Amino acid sequence: MNLHEYQARDILRRHGIPVPPGEVASTPAEAGAIAARFGGRVVVKAQVHAGGRGKAGGVKLAKTAAEAEAHAKAILGMTIKGLTVQKVLIAPTVEIASESYVGIMVDRASQRPVLMVSPAGGIDIEEVAAKTPDKIHRLAIDPRYGLLQHQALALGFQLYSDVKQARAAADIMQKLYTAVYAVGASLAEINPLVTTPDGTVQALDAKIAIDDSELERRPEIAALRDVSAEAAAEVAAREAGLTFIKLEGDVGCCVNGAGLAMATMDLVKYYGGDPANFLDIGGSSNPQKVVAALRIITGDPNVKSILFNIFGGITRGDDVANGIVQATKAFPLKVPIVIRLTGTNEKEGIAILERAGFAAVSDMDDAVKQAVAKAKGKAA
Amino acid sequence: MSIFIDHATRLVVQGITGRDGSFHAKQMMAYGTKVVAGVTPGKGGQRFEDTVPVFNTVAEAVHETKANAAVIYVPAAVAASAIFEAADAGLGLIVCITEGIPVLDMTRALPYVHERGGRLIGPNCPGLISPGRSKVGIIPGNICEPGKIGVVSRSGTLTYEIIHQLSTNGLGQSTCVGIGGDPLIGTNFVHCLTAFEADPETAAIVMIGEIGGTDEQQAAEFVKESVKKPVVGFIAGQTAPPGRRMGHAGAIISGSSGTAAEKMTALANAGISVMKRPADVVPLLKERL
Repeated sequence: MNLHEYQARDILRRHGIPVPPGEVASTPAEAGAIAARFGGRVVVKAQVHAGGRGKAGGVKLAKTAAEAEAHAKAILGMTIKGLTVQKVLIAPTVEIASESYVGIMVDRASQRPVLMVSPAGGIDIEEVAAKTPDKIHRLAIDPRYGLLQHQALALGFQLYSDVKQARAAADIMQKLYTAVYAVGASLAEINPLVTTPDGTVQALDAKIAIDDSELERRPEIAALRDVSAEAAAEVAAREAGLTFIKLEGDVGCCVNGAGLAMATMDLVKYYGGDPANFLDIGGSSNPQKVVAALRIITGDPNVKSILFNIFGGITRGDDVANGIVQATKAFPLKVPIVIRLTGTNEKEGIAILERAGFAAVSDMDDAVKQAVAKAKGKAA
Repeated sequence: MSIFIDHATRLVVQGITGRDGSFHAKQMMAYGTKVVAGVTPGKGGQRFEDTVPVFNTVAEAVHETKANAAVIYVPAAVAASAIFEAADAGLGLIVCITEGIPVLDMTRALPYVHERGGRLIGPNCPGLISPGRSKVGIIPGNICEPGKIGVVSRSGTLTYEIIHQLSTNGLGQSTCVGIGGDPLIGTNFVHCLTAFEADPETAAIVMIGEIGGTDEQQAAEFVKESVKKPVVGFIAGQTAPPGRRMGHAGAIISGSSGTAAEKMTALANAGISVMKRPADVVPLLKERL
């Protein structure tokens, strides 16, 4: 789960990291009032889960409260990478002497949290990593001891030659590490970490992503979820206990298991079709999950055929068959459906489907070929 | 022979009285796995299915029954704790089926297990099966046949699909290992390839990877340097968009890194026969055997 910049800034502030002031607004009038309180010279920033906000016109400087209000009016409601901006952050402009990068993420190879710092801040860190990898300094942290003071200070000196600034940066790094474990972050970045002309070190912009597996035990973090910033179908799927990702094609896919779901999408492509979605109904799927899955798939107007690929292990063929029958009674399908059912309770499942007038195939390739042909309007 | 489990495996089931734990404990017993103990705090003294003694702690279970392996079916919120407990009891093999363990919990649990000399398989995995000998986890026994193919995979049902293709075409398996779909896992491709290469009963290896991370690339390097047996590989997620988690917590393309194309190239460059679709597994293996 991604947090908005204003939410990430709040978390950093609560962990004692110096963050310049800023408040969030959801109407132009609110934005104007906040800007007036800050003296008029502010930056108005779109709060949306997409990179490249600046290039898209979602970040604007204002000299007066009226100008801030006008910028907020332009930015609120604009679409950046398919997402509508619902909130803006209003923050007084900060004079910047230098920009650096500080980030912590869990590294899969070392299986540890890794602290990355770079004096080349303010831009995309992946770009820095690709073009000038020597400008990034990395440290794998031993989670038993945490980020030790001398380790942080050594990295602080990679950013600043001034000892006061190096110490301030080291203190921020240690606090950021504490925040990562406190909120269950899979990624926490300060970009840029700035110095001001009077020498202070501050976190100007922040990005935090929370590990979805942390949300159950951290209701206060789960409450930060902004469903208006996500696609409606994906929210509905999550609430039904499904994993759904919308794609651009026309073959609606419903599969049990993530690996098989990906392999099914790939096979659709292999046979000349285009998958409309990734959808994993998960392990112990009850008929209700199948009903919810079909509701979501049929809600996509691009879908021209529906493909079920079920390899029963924990998932039982009869449960899936019952779900399909229940769903099609509740809302008749307008597009053809191809069902591949094998594994646990395969015979029971196929019998249920046949009684309701459906046919089932047992081979994955056959099923995919048929679904692709049907999406193209051909008989298989 | 087989890798990691065999007739000598004496299993303790953590979470044996739970919904998933009890169901799969019965399935494993029916398959012939030596389930010697169960653990559910507060239910010590009971017997599961009138035969298997239940204990309050893993340490007691190990002391009383000489269990040498554990399988974990407890909920995600307490699963890391179950891994710590199994490692503390000195178990050499710990298989964690549970999905949804926070990654930061695993940054602490993994070194704990490794420092005590244990091997963790998973989490978020289907476990492993040595057909005809022992099954630890949830892989359906009826789709497997004893034989000479070693299977290692990051997936669950996709592995069943591949095993099904093998079994119905006369290619039995020495051991099938599901290593799990999480970003941090205890046993990776290289560990399994090492074990399969050393196992005299394994004649060829099938590895099933997916998008995200660099585990498959490291495995490819390892195959090039150190594996003489034929290896056939598959990578799921050729059509996955970047930046999205495809069901498994670890299946994500970050930036331009971890794509299926990149992994398939690495596999091919290492002399691994790369499948374009699951049904290619049998013809490719027959070519190499």
